[in-house]
Amino acid sequence: MQRRATLSERAASPSTDWRDDIFAVLKAAEVAQVGYVPDAGHARLIELVRADDTIHAVPLTTEEEGIALAGGAWLGGQRCALLMQSSGVGNCINMLSLAKSCRFPLVILVTMRGEWREFNPWQAPMGRNTAAALELMEVRVYRVETASEAADTVAAAFDFAYASDQAVAVLFAQRLIGAKRWVK
Amino acid sequence: MIANDRRLDRRLAMRVLLDRRDDLLLVTGLGSTTWDAAAVGDDPRNFYLWGAMGAAALVGLGLAIAQPARRVLVVTGDGEMLMGLGGLATIAVQRPPNLAIAVFDNAHYGETGMQPSHTEAGVDLVAVARACGIHETFEISDELGLRDFAARVHKSATTLFARVAIRADEPPRVLPPRDGVYLKNRFRHALGLEP
Repeated sequence: MQRRATLSERAASPSTDWRDDIFAVLKAAEVAQVGYVPDAGHARLIELVRADDTIHAVPLTTEEEGIALAGGAWLGGQRCALLMQSSGVGNCINMLSLAKSCRFPLVILVTMRGEWREFNPWQAPMGRNTAAALELMEVRVYRVETASEAADTVAAAFDFAYASDQAVAVLFAQRLIGAKRWVK
Repeated sequence: MIANDRRLDRRLAMRVLLDRRDDLLLVTGLGSTTWDAAAVGDDPRNFYLWGAMGAAALVGLGLAIAQPARRVLVVTGDGEMLMGLGGLATIAVQRPPNLAIAVFDNAHYGETGMQPSHTEAGVDLVAVARACGIHETFEISDELGLRDFAARVHKSATTLFARVAIRADEPPRVLPPRDGVYLKNRFRHALGLEP
């Protein structure tokens, strides 16, 4: 396998929607499998992934399945991205020992709840502790606060994860995603 | 052990599954199925899970999708499978033709002191797999049935799931390498991938 140009070098020019930018990064990174749980914040990305013939979209029943899926994918030579919500990070803790013990490259894209104009108090505990939980398992944490930095941050996560066998999570601020509307 | 217990010996069962292995890729679950695979013979194409309980079938799924030209067999225990039952639903949605899952069911948690597992109380793993949408399922209780399944693993057109009834005994532990990075790298090397 030949060393490819870094994704940061090849990052697509920003389009109108940062979610579309992220999808362009997944394509540039040659991601072949995407494990996800249903998520309003990732809805656009999930739609794009499901519509793409070269990416296996794998809906999961719970987030930790994705850590195992990504490990298996890399054993077989394919790159994987995981999409989840902040609450789901808590479900992954022990399964992250698989990524750590085998030094599997891992990229998790996390939409944040429970940190900005959150209506549902039950989202607050994991929202408050998402980054700490990941760091507890020695996962590198990047944060995206604005749309303009989304693509470059995700590209950096893929470069780091796959060049250096690292587990990297990118947290997308709830302020960026927008608070869920509960009353229409 | 009950003297007239006619259920399969787990070491024999693993030997049968790997008898004509060809280029089969093997993933084993945390605990006894890993010792069983090591007892048959360590091999770079074996990926042993020493932890991450509940991961075996999903590691097999990611691998099977990534390597469509190779056959992937997951062998794990009833306890490990029970911890990841939702994974059967996830696998059923994908149903890669090159994936087979065999659960060695002794109805007990062997590694922790032989406490009875949920299957001992009647939880039916084959029924769960079928209900999830894995249609090719097998209830195996003898060597003939297991040999038939082992042959199907190499030529199936859809994901297979088998429950293999084995005796609740504890043969001597045979421990394979347990460094995850080593296991990963040699497995990838066996597939022609860089470390």
